[in-house]
Amino acid sequence: MNEMCLKFLSRSENEIFARNAVAAFALPLNPSLSELSDVKTAVSEAVTNCIVHGYRGGEGWITVACRTEGSKLYIEVSDEGRGIENVEEALAPFYTTLPDEERSGMGFTIMQTFMTEFSVASKAGEGTKVTMCKDFGERAEINAG
Amino acid sequence: MTMHFRRKGENLYIYLSGELDENSVGGLRTDADRLIDENAGLSRAVFNLAGVKFMDSTGIGFLMGRYKKLKAYGMGMYLENPDAGADKILALSGVYTLMPKV
Repeated sequence: MNEMCLKFLSRSENEIFARNAVAAFALPLNPSLSELSDVKTAVSEAVTNCIVHGYRGGEGWITVACRTEGSKLYIEVSDEGRGIENVEEALAPFYTTLPDEERSGMGFTIMQTFMTEFSVASKAGEGTKVTMCKDFGERAEINAG
Repeated sequence: MTMHFRRKGENLYIYLSGELDENSVGGLRTDADRLIDENAGLSRAVFNLAGVKFMDSTGIGFLMGRYKKLKAYGMGMYLENPDAGADKILALSGVYTLMPKV
């Protein structure tokens, strides 16, 4: 088991840092390139949500906490921003609150599809926490038949 | 993120390279739109993604925005050479039905 925690300001230039740091932290679990790409994309989606929706372009703190357990990488991405009024609605593919900004509405769908486990907890006015897990052992189990 | 282009017959080839995310997409929108405006008489635009080493849903939003602009000019949009990671989210988002992979 290993743990790390990053806390950084909600600036888009920090996205590349966040996703690459998580990917580097995951390396000892021996992920495939495609699994690593999945994790980087999911982290990028979660951090983008904090910046674009949580803080609406304003400044605030984003926390990315990671933990490994066996073949699993757990990732929590949280902000103290606006929160989500209706989580169920927000999870629907193509749903976006900012259609004029060329938002695809695919962020949560990508996180759910690319990660083994996914959940989101949010309270309007208090912030949002996305919890995800990627199990790098799934490939080995499939190979073992 | 860098962009360069080439005209060949009725096609405008747009080559993107770098990491396509919230941070890089801002300036790229303006540059791509100016390029499309300048080439509005052509039949189609082909976005070559060979140099795109990372892309998330902000990149999908960027491509959708350019698709709408091209469509308003009566121009088709196509995608070329996405890497495996980009291909996965492009397929998941269903954008290939609007901008086929060639």
